[in-house]
Amino acid sequence: MGKSAVAADKDATSGALAGEEARRRDIQNRWLLATPALVIILFAALGPLLIMLVYSFLQKGLYGGVIWNFSGQGWFDVFLSKDIFDDTISFADAHMLIFWRSIKLSLITTIATLLLGFPTAYFIATRSPKWRGVFLFLVTIPFWTNLLIRTFAIQEVIKNEGLLNIVLLKLGLISSPIQIMFTDTAILLGMAYVYLPLMVLPLYASMERLDFRLVEAGYDLYATRLQVLRRIIIPLVKPGIIAGSILVFVPSLGAYVTPRILGGGKKMMLGNLIELQFGQGRNWPLGAALSITLLVIVMVALLFYVRNASKSGVKSHG
Amino acid sequence: MRSVADAVAAVSAHQVTKVFGSGSDRVVALDDVSVDIRANEFFTLLGPSGCGKTTLLRLIAGFDHPTSGRIDLEGQDISYLPPYKRPVNTVFQSYALFPHMTVAENIGFGLKMLGKPQSEIDAEVSKMLKLVKMEAMRDRATSAISGGQQQRVALARALAPKPKVLLLDEPLSALDLKLRKEMQIELKRLQSETGITFIFVTHDQEEALTMSDRIAVMSAGKILQVGSPRQIYDHPSHRFVADFIGETNFLEAELTSVSKRVGKLKLGSGTTIDASLPGDGVAKGPVTAVVRPEHANLVKGKAAAASLTGKLGNIVYFGTDTHYHVALDDGGEFIVRMQNARDDAGRWSVGDAVGVSIDKDAVQVLRD
Ligand SMILES: Nc1ncnc2c1ncn2[C@@H]1O[C@H](COP(=O)(O)OP(=O)(O)OP(=O)(O)O)[C@@H](O)[C@H]1O
Ligand SMILES: [Mg+2]
Repeated sequence: MGKSAVAADKDATSGALAGEEARRRDIQNRWLLATPALVIILFAALGPLLIMLVYSFLQKGLYGGVIWNFSGQGWFDVFLSKDIFDDTISFADAHMLIFWRSIKLSLITTIATLLLGFPTAYFIATRSPKWRGVFLFLVTIPFWTNLLIRTFAIQEVIKNEGLLNIVLLKLGLISSPIQIMFTDTAILLGMAYVYLPLMVLPLYASMERLDFRLVEAGYDLYATRLQVLRRIIIPLVKPGIIAGSILVFVPSLGAYVTPRILGGGKKMMLGNLIELQFGQGRNWPLGAALSITLLVIVMVALLFYVRNASKSGVKSHG
Repeated sequence: MRSVADAVAAVSAHQVTKVFGSGSDRVVALDDVSVDIRANEFFTLLGPSGCGKTTLLRLIAGFDHPTSGRIDLEGQDISYLPPYKRPVNTVFQSYALFPHMTVAENIGFGLKMLGKPQSEIDAEVSKMLKLVKMEAMRDRATSAISGGQQQRVALARALAPKPKVLLLDEPLSALDLKLRKEMQIELKRLQSETGITFIFVTHDQEEALTMSDRIAVMSAGKILQVGSPRQIYDHPSHRFVADFIGETNFLEAELTSVSKRVGKLKLGSGTTIDASLPGDGVAKGPVTAVVRPEHANLVKGKAAAASLTGKLGNIVYFGTDTHYHVALDDGGEFIVRMQNARDDAGRWSVGDAVGVSIDKDAVQVLRD
């Protein structure tokens, strides 16, 4: 009796060991699966980032590039400027203006695409499955064309001799063309157009999963259309709103092509400022420092946004 | 007071037709349906899948509008009123609880939308939680309670705004048998305690019989018969109704003569049986005679009292009663159900020549 109990005990131990072994191997295999992605992230994302960080603390080369001496000048230039005559230090107003414009335009773009994209996504999600495919296809068509070409197309519409002004003039709504090109409005129009699909798609994805019986239940319990929207639909599609906003806000903040073409040289955004430093400006450390600053702004904004968005509602909902 | 409420139907449908789709996708979900549902009654829509029960409920709730016809609530035409303007609430088949709200928030939602002050909402929610015995779950997420509890929350949520009419679309179908029986009793209790008109949808005939004041039996978009459970069971108006509710024997026969509300039915085998008729105006000709298994009796051998004769085929024992399957001499099968008595054992055995005696009041004559 005692002997068999001991034997059983030993069996159990070796069984547990075998289980432990299998579990370890399982975890190993999973890491193996993730390896290719990890390698790419390490080399393609973290690597360049590290280089940027290092460059931002080096001395600028005369004709671009860097000199391998430590220097805080790059970071100094991001926020402050020294007067060339009396050496007084003041805020780098031009940079602050560009930071502010970038954040402002990106925020407005995000809100505009949200306001436009929400009803669009709702419309698509409430069609029959056959039509949903068709509409989704239509939404993604802009992706098939090069960003430059799309931006030039917008230019054709909004320039002084463009389609918009011609139509408005013909209708007699305006007496002389409105100047839209090279203004913040032009950049906004361009960015909203370019990033709208990035808002519609995640919104659609979460609306498609929305149980429309909940909407009916809302109506049944005396909620009007607006109340159903506010208290049922929006809280339930919040993951889509968050995802869409991030997908629009982040690239907007770093946008380069759209402000370059539609804003001309006059209305710069952060992307243009950074490009300038690596190009004509020949100030790589400043460019690197600006890039890191952009990254920090994005991360802080995201952290703030996600924290706030998930605080209100979306307790148990996927 | 009661008579005033009775005078005007709580809900009435007037020649309501509902068509979905068009062309080859055209479905007539409701076909010229007219029915009056009285105030304070437990009214059940009973019928097989796809017969239009949910459609009728959705028209009353306001999620859909009739293609033609009219729906009245207490005499007022509500056919085109949006759902949030109707004093009608629904318990959905899937419960449709709001996943981003707690149990209490779900129950209070209707009152909140009606603009009630928070103190009143809190008091009412507590009352409802007590009514459905869920006090302890007040602040739980709806995903963290069992199916039966979700069902109670759905019920409390629909009852909290004190609707005039409560619509219940197969609310018990997702529950296991035991819980289902409990909830049936619970629902009956809630209905009598609140005095609200319940319109209950089910395709379970036993559930319909035990719970309802009145039942409407539906088939293919039409209401075939409306009546008390007893009327529906004992006097089905259509072969479909007789077949759908309970077990039934059908006998093809010919009505040969009628006098003093008694008809002579000539069966296929040549024998003639008597049947009570609602009046003398019933036309002669081919009919179907319907006899419930428990309304017939087995007799030994070829007794004179026997209306039908045959051999005992199968004997199925059910505890309180036994089903005797009789292979009739003319080829058909007839089932007799008899209560078991203490000295019954061995009285009947398979292969016995038996007769079936049928009282004239046990025969229901149908013509379809
Ligand atoms: N929105 C719709 N579009 C097209 N056809 C529909 C629609 N809703 C219901 N129908 C059709 O109408 C008929 C009645 O449907 P309904 O949902 O009322 O049946 P039901 O009696 O509730 O059935 P079940 O017991 O299965 O719930 C069915 O043939 C159904 O396919
Ligand atoms: Mg149904």
